[in-house]
Amino acid sequence: MKQSSEQLSVNSNYVRAIGAIVWKDLRAEFRSWELVSAMFVFSLLVILIFNFALELDVKTRQSVTAGVLWATFAFAGTLGLNRSMALEKDRGCLDGLLLAPVDRSAIYFGKFISNLAFMLIVEAIVLPVYSVLYNANLFQPGLIMVILLGSVGYTAVGTLLAAMSVQTRTRDILLPILLFPVAFAVLLSAVKASGGFLEGADYSEIAFPINLLIVYDIIFIAASFMLFDNIVEE
Amino acid sequence: MITVTKLVKRFGYKTILRGVDFEVQPGEFVALLGPNGAGKTTFLRILASLARPSLGEVKVAGYKLPSEAAQVRARLGVVSHLPLLYGDLTAEENLRFYAQMYGLTNYRSRITEVLEMIGLETRRRDLVRTFSRGMQQRLAIGRAVLHDPQIMLFDEPYTGLDQDASTMLDDVLKTVAAQGRTVVMTSHDLARAEALATRFDILSRGVIAASAARKQLKKSNLLAFYKQALAG
Repeated sequence: MKQSSEQLSVNSNYVRAIGAIVWKDLRAEFRSWELVSAMFVFSLLVILIFNFALELDVKTRQSVTAGVLWATFAFAGTLGLNRSMALEKDRGCLDGLLLAPVDRSAIYFGKFISNLAFMLIVEAIVLPVYSVLYNANLFQPGLIMVILLGSVGYTAVGTLLAAMSVQTRTRDILLPILLFPVAFAVLLSAVKASGGFLEGADYSEIAFPINLLIVYDIIFIAASFMLFDNIVEE
Repeated sequence: MITVTKLVKRFGYKTILRGVDFEVQPGEFVALLGPNGAGKTTFLRILASLARPSLGEVKVAGYKLPSEAAQVRARLGVVSHLPLLYGDLTAEENLRFYAQMYGLTNYRSRITEVLEMIGLETRRRDLVRTFSRGMQQRLAIGRAVLHDPQIMLFDEPYTGLDQDASTMLDDVLKTVAAQGRTVVMTSHDLARAEALATRFDILSRGVIAASAARKQLKKSNLLAFYKQALAG
């Protein structure tokens, strides 16, 4: 009985620590808008560059929508992941988190959830802008589900790799070098599934990349849960 | 309270600590002194469970590191030369965040108590980025004592502080020590260490080169003791 109440307390501390990190990140961000605004401006620039660089007819433009969209999300996401961990490292706050008497995977999940929230906020702003510029209807439930699944996978592995790269002097360069090859499978599946939805393909044709996305999400979250402690400790 | 036996720490091919033996009794205030690069910060990071020992045994508050790190962290307060605080949160929000991370319930009264102790009660709703370096360091001490730890580790807490802020920090440190906590502090400032500590250990070339209790040293003789330890 005593053991189960101790376990309950450990679990509630774990959940409370995750909640505290998410609250702290959102609170600080909604005060400074440092991270989301940088990600949004960067996304906007990427979309505009693609828009003017690829002077395409309406049909071809539709066929590249999924690729352009995910390239934008990937670049902006990398920027956000880097900044989010750099903010922890620069004032020594990462040590402050690591000194807390909770399982360190709680720190991972806290950072993962807040990074995901920032990415989803940026995506929610970027989608209407993209719809107007590319004259495409992106507000489809299937596409939004793919964006959610892709963002989960990308942020899951990105948070882990950002925690690793932030400890090096070349963190700004190192994160994309590490992240893009690992997240390639997620991005490829997301582009395929998004393209399928945008072209109005049958669900049977899109099922495979969607299933792959779900599998990658599970693998990346599980691997990060197991590896995070070893990555952040010297 | 702290027992370290034959501790070795290597980073790649570089050996920072070469078999450190170190022991601290409950209630002691130990000043760990030594030149730059002696391994003081690395040693403290191992005690704080932020780094793993390569060899040797480390026990803090009766718990072994790294296997019982969570139990050690619950009994430990750490202050470094970096404040470990979030500039875009207020003083109160920073303390509330750390209270939640340490699993404290009913933390409101504790936060007020700590803010009064460090003299920042009137600035509780101000953003930390508007604080001076000295105020940030006092708040960092408040963060470290929030969960009422038995052991405090201070890593160069006076770095970057002006004279007034250092004097104010002296008072806070004396209060922390007077509450019966065990304290280990690294410092370059021999005069401050001499004023506060009950024992002085000199870390040089990766080992404890000398150790002396305050009563073993003649008055104002710490500098000579320090020089002798480094020369030997």
